[in-house]
Order: sequence, then structure tokens, then C-alpha cells
Amino acid sequence: MLKNRLIAGLIIKNGIAVQSIGFSSYLPVGKPEIAVEFLNSWGVDEIIVVDIDASREGRKISKEMIDRIAKKCFVPLTVGGGFNNVEEVRQAIRSGADKVSINAAAVRRPELITEIATVLGTQSVIVSMDVKFNSQGEYEIFILNGKEATGLDPISWAKKVEELGAGEILLNSIDRDGTKRGYDLELIKNVSAAVKIPVIALGGACHPDHFCAGIVEGRAAAVAAANYFHFTEHSVITTKAAMKKKISISLRLDTYAHYLQLDYQKNDGRIRKPSDDYLEDIRFEFHPKEEI
Amino acid sequence: MIPQNTIAASIASIKNQEIAPRDVLVIDYGVGNHLSILNALDFLGYTYHVSHKKEDIRAAKAYILPGVGAFNEAMKNIEQLGFRDVLAEEVLQKKKPLLGICLGMQVLAGSSEENGYHQGLGWIKGNVVKIKSSDVKVPHVGWNDVSIRKPFPLFSKTPEKTHFYFDHSYHISCDSSIISATCSYGTEITAAIQQENIFGVQFHPEKSQNNGLRVYRSFFNYVRSRAEGNQLDKEMTNDAHNPTGSDNYNQTESDDHAEK
Repeated sequence: MLKNRLIAGLIIKNGIAVQSIGFSSYLPVGKPEIAVEFLNSWGVDEIIVVDIDASREGRKISKEMIDRIAKKCFVPLTVGGGFNNVEEVRQAIRSGADKVSINAAAVRRPELITEIATVLGTQSVIVSMDVKFNSQGEYEIFILNGKEATGLDPISWAKKVEELGAGEILLNSIDRDGTKRGYDLELIKNVSAAVKIPVIALGGACHPDHFCAGIVEGRAAAVAAANYFHFTEHSVITTKAAMKKKISISLRLDTYAHYLQLDYQKNDGRIRKPSDDYLEDIRFEFHPKEEI
Repeated sequence: MIPQNTIAASIASIKNQEIAPRDVLVIDYGVGNHLSILNALDFLGYTYHVSHKKEDIRAAKAYILPGVGAFNEAMKNIEQLGFRDVLAEEVLQKKKPLLGICLGMQVLAGSSEENGYHQGLGWIKGNVVKIKSSDVKVPHVGWNDVSIRKPFPLFSKTPEKTHFYFDHSYHISCDSSIISATCSYGTEITAAIQQENIFGVQFHPEKSQNNGLRVYRSFFNYVRSRAEGNQLDKEMTNDAHNPTGSDNYNQTESDDHAEK
């Protein structure tokens, strides 16, 4: 059975990984390749790395950075930021990326989606859309880091990119970004229902319950988060374990440590401190090094 | 806070020096990204050679044939670069092991129906057909459960129930005798094949984390055990005995060397 995917996003600003809050304030995390190395060893299903300033500054995501990241990444890697033509995408894929995500370029020149899909296959192009409530209180697509309105509504834009050959849609809610309030399920549900290609939910998830809701209620094929995975050891594994304990779901959880035996806190979904007796018991347990 | 696997990799790199750099050839024929595969081999600590030149193909002891993209473009490149006959001689006659990955496995088949009818290398009996099912989305993208039929040699380190990362719209339809693993996606899909010294996987081991890295480890172990086996063979040949004549599956004789 095909697994539901848990995807980690990595926002790059000035060459370092950051947490993004409302597309307006940023908190530094560290070197992207180190973040990728940890996420990879924690059993994440895919990684999406996006340079958020690239389009606005008229450049591309750095090739050297993709090289460095790809060396540490043994799961599918998507990169995004400033791709304008097929040749640039081919370069990125030769550097070790598996897919690219395009956003502003797709809005400005939708044929680009078809061009990439024809040469490199539909599976290699993810169209990313940043959605925000506009002043009329309707959903609208924004580009250039949420700064420029496009007049497109998410449903018809999603249908159009599917027709043009997009392989997947990365659906991001600007209003929920960094709020820890969970996904905009209404938006995800409507877009998922409108297209046949997989929709990846992003924006606002900060609890294993949010990921479950994205899959079950939002009907997203994959759920993603960025900020949530930082600054917590084994965050991907504990999230998957908490999701598995909550609902019956097909997830990939085969890391050596799986934490299924532990309890999880209701308020933030993190591991509850086990009893002192249990901790005492495991203190001198021997764990052999995993050899591949 | 050094991740454990970095240490493991550096230990592995010391262990695996016995495979010389020119022994394993990753064939670069301009299709898709072989860099991911090289990253995986680097991580495991193997040395290798990347080329499509005839002299390199002759010198190598085993081959990895990568591939992402369209079937006819891959075949066109193979014909244009002109290494088809040399590789055929080394693989089909000299029985050097070859591992095809994704499209690199599909080109081994007789033909493909991707974008029209195209002839393949025809080294294994089978044809590439589109995934036909009404209730699933094509392409088949994501992590899927794989059931293993023949654990040796590719899956000798893999548990019976496992999963790998797939990304394809076409798959090989072939005789069940050469299928070594399958997965289910609307219909039964050939996940891996093996025919004597020719191996192929439809999934991407370089993108399947530890499960995938184990497949490479097993393949290299097999290559090494064969190299040692051949050494033995030669010594035995000197005693006026020719064991290489009968080449139905080297399985039984190399089984002992597999787990190292």
C-alpha cells in the first residue's frame, strides 16, 4: 500500500535555514545541509528546500547548496527558488535534486510547467501556491513571498496547472504560516477535490493531530511542515509515532528508535516524560550501532 | 551531536577498500541524475568510476546502469554513445554483474510502449508496459510496500516486508521466474528482477534511505564474493577442471560469501 508522506520543508534565506512566521518575520535555524542530514536520519519521507528570496532578487537557488544538501539526502529532494526555464531545472536535477518546485515563474509563464514536464517528466515538477485571504475575504494566490497579488483563485489555478502537466501541488496558506493553528483544512479539501494529482498541505501544522487532520479531513496526499521539525530531537519519528497511535494510517516508520511504546502529551503532541522507573531501566541498555 | 551514521560510514569506508576504484562502473549515458547514486555509494564508502567509454567498460568488474526519463531517449543515447556491443559482451558472455535502476532496468527489456513502440536491449525476456489500473493515480509516486521473492543477493540484508521509493508510469511485464520482488499498486508491479548476473530494480534505492542503501551494500557484497569466487575458480581451473561452463545461477556457490 502506498504510504502517506510526511514532508519537511526547509526555508532558506541568505543561505541559511530559517523558520518563517506569517511570511514576514524569520528566525535563524542553521546550515541547511546539517538540517537535511538530521531530517534524513530521522526518517522523513521527503524534503523540500526553498530559497524564498531567489525570485524576488532575480537569481536561482544556489547550485553549490543543492550539491551539499544532496550529499546528505537519501530521500526524494525537491528544490525551489527562481527557476525560469528548463535548462535551469535540468541543472538542478543534475546537482542531485529529484524535483523542482516553481511558484512565481509558473504564474508569470504557465507554459513553463508543460516545458519541464515534457523534457523531464511530470513527476519532476511541483507547482507551489501561496494562498492568502484578500481584502474581499476570498482566497487568492500571492507570489514573491506573499508580496504580490495575482488575481488567481486556488481552485481554478490548481485545475489549470494539473492540465499543464504539474506532478504535484504544494499548497501553502500564508495566513496560517508559523501560527501553529493547524492547516487551513477547508482550502486543502477544496483543492484536493478539484484535482487528481497529489496535493501537499503546508502552513500552520504544529501538532501530530494537525497532520492527521490534513490527511483524513483535508484529504491531502502528503502533509508538510517546516518550523515544527526544528529544535526538537527526533521530531519526525515522534510525530509519526504519535500519528500512528492516534489513527490507523499507512505511514513509514522504520527507524531504529520508533517511540511507539511512549505516551504523548495532549497539548503539544510531544513525548510525555516516562516514569523514573522506566528511565532507570533503560539507563544502561545496550543499543548496537545500526550497520547498513 | 555527530549523527551515528557518519561514523558508521567512515568505518564502512575502511572496510570496503577491497573493491578497487575501477572495478565498479556507473555508466553515464546522459539520462537522469546519476549523482544521487554516487552520493549513496560515497556514503557507503565505495569507490567507483563514472564513464561510458569502451575501455572503462572492459576494465570494470560490475556495472550500475542508472536512468530517469523517457525510454526512447535512453535507448537513443545508448546507440549514439556506441557502448552497447561492448557492454553486451561483458554482461552476456563474460557474465559480469549489472544492476539497472528504474529506467536503467527497463532498457534491458525487449521493448517498451512508452511514447510509441521502441526496441530495448532485449537482454531479459520481458516488455515495458504502462501501469494499467482505473483506481490508482499514474505515475506511481511514493513509498510502497515491497514483497520479496528472492532474497539473494540484492535483498539479503532486507527484511521480508519492506518499502522503497517508487516514481514511474511504466513497469516491466515479464515471466515470473525472473521476478525477485513485487509491489502492489492497482495491479501487481515488478519491483525487481534477476536473471543470472543481470539485476534490476524499479524503485530508487538511492532515495529509499537505509532500506535502499542496504540494497547497494548487498549488490557490492555479491560483486565482491563473485570476484573472490572467480579467483577460486581460476585456481580450480588449473587443476584441469572447468566450473565456469555451467552457469545456471551462481547462487549456491556464492551463498556462503554473501553475508560479510
